[in-house]
Amino acid sequence: MTKELSKKITTIKPSGIRKFFDLVSEREDVISLGVGEPDFETPWHIRDEGIYALEKGRTFYTSNAGLKSLRVEISNYIKRTQNINYIPDKEIIVTVGGSEAIDIGIRALVNDGDEVIIPQPSYVSYEPCTIMANAKPVIINLSSENEFKLTPDELEKAITEKTKVLILPYPNNPTGAIMERDDLEKIAAIIKKHDIYVISDEIYSELTYKGKHTSIASIAGMKERTILINGFSKSYAMTGWRLGYACAPDEIIKQMMKIHQFSIMCAPSTSQYAAVEALKNGDEDVKMMRQSYNQRRRFLIDSFKKMNIPCFEPFGAFYVFPCIKEFGLSSEEFATKFLEEQNVAAIPGNAFGESGEGYLRISYAYSLDNLKKAMDRLNKFVADLRNNK
Amino acid sequence: MCEELLSIIEKNSRIGLNELAVLLGTNESEVLKELETLEKENIICGYHTLIDWEKTSIEKVTALIEVRVTPQRGQGFDKIAQRIYNYPEVKAVYLISGGFDLLVILEEKSLREIANFVSDKLSTLESVLSTGTHFILKKYKDFGTILDKKHEDEREIISP
Repeated sequence: MTKELSKKITTIKPSGIRKFFDLVSEREDVISLGVGEPDFETPWHIRDEGIYALEKGRTFYTSNAGLKSLRVEISNYIKRTQNINYIPDKEIIVTVGGSEAIDIGIRALVNDGDEVIIPQPSYVSYEPCTIMANAKPVIINLSSENEFKLTPDELEKAITEKTKVLILPYPNNPTGAIMERDDLEKIAAIIKKHDIYVISDEIYSELTYKGKHTSIASIAGMKERTILINGFSKSYAMTGWRLGYACAPDEIIKQMMKIHQFSIMCAPSTSQYAAVEALKNGDEDVKMMRQSYNQRRRFLIDSFKKMNIPCFEPFGAFYVFPCIKEFGLSSEEFATKFLEEQNVAAIPGNAFGESGEGYLRISYAYSLDNLKKAMDRLNKFVADLRNNK
Repeated sequence: MCEELLSIIEKNSRIGLNELAVLLGTNESEVLKELETLEKENIICGYHTLIDWEKTSIEKVTALIEVRVTPQRGQGFDKIAQRIYNYPEVKAVYLISGGFDLLVILEEKSLREIANFVSDKLSTLESVLSTGTHFILKKYKDFGTILDKKHEDEREIISP
């Protein structure tokens, strides 16, 4: 073919993680610290419900918005965790993972040329999804001095007349940063003043280690301008089931629904039946996993302290984000050398935005044994680097 | 700390004080104090190792024995339970609701020894009315651990 492919798409860079993945997959017996998904299997009672749905022959499309029973459970869940009321019939849509919700959320809100503010380091899809929606990403480079929180100052500076949406990715992948209620209240005041929408990606909401997560939608005057995104992947260890959801005002959900119904139809029905069980009877599982992640988090923070590698203490998700600037290598150089010399894979921080340069994302979705081995190797690696200076 | 401490050492009693302190976000002396209290209160009753004897050359036979007994005045089932659990080959004794009273778990080197225990020692106790013996053929899961499962990480090595 001689005719050119879509320019908009061909100019989008593939995920920075992909490049590193290719490098890692050439090697054997790699100890990985590179995954963004839980190491737990989906709790058995949830899997069992999925199997039961298949046995019963529940293999059909559900309504576009998702099973009514699931939307009711989602509504109950948000009510009991955040004290926000979402009407199951109008204000909730079940999506294929949180990622679909991000995509259709952005597309439902922006016109050509609108600006979408994206704090980075953050998940890799916000920027390309914004570009694909013909909007303009405006990046805020978060800093470690603020523990990678979004500050009112940074936000205020990024806002222009064209600003339409703020993406709020907390608890954060890759930094592990969280925003607490008082942090959010300051952000909310600015958002309201400038009349901006918020897409709040709260996929890690159950994984916080310093009190319970607060959604920005729970702050007065915010629900009407917020798309709250969450899902089942991280909290219930259900990544492969591909199930998420968005809660937003009726008018926004209606628009998201159109994109969803014409491109997806509905989220996988087996996953939806399993998810009902997760929300009804999964609290204990979440508690167990959270406790386990928290122990590993403490172990890693302690290890970095002992190695003298600066790392702010993250209170969310399952990542730590140590700073490796002292070694005079770029994130990619450091990660590549670490892989080549010690056979450990950690993700270079710049895969999540320029401001991640000088950092590594280390996932603790691994057994303690695995983490111990990896930290031993990191210790050796860092000692070698320091000695050769 | 107590509940989390117990849940860690229930799975791994070999873990060191230092590591426990790190995982719990406290210091060693606090952990030690807590452990000593738990031991003194007999909440921690022992530190065991889970062994799958089937994989060794040592022969062991395990039986679950249902025992129906006549409770004794003033002492209920405790006295008879004690008479049974004092035998070292008895690994566990539980008071059970339902069709029988005591569940006895017995471990011996051979079937014959189990038969001997039941016929000579257990059945002859005064208050024992009847017994029903079930031999364990294969252990799939014990104390929350699946015995034959090797954990393999099937995740992609890297994901966003």
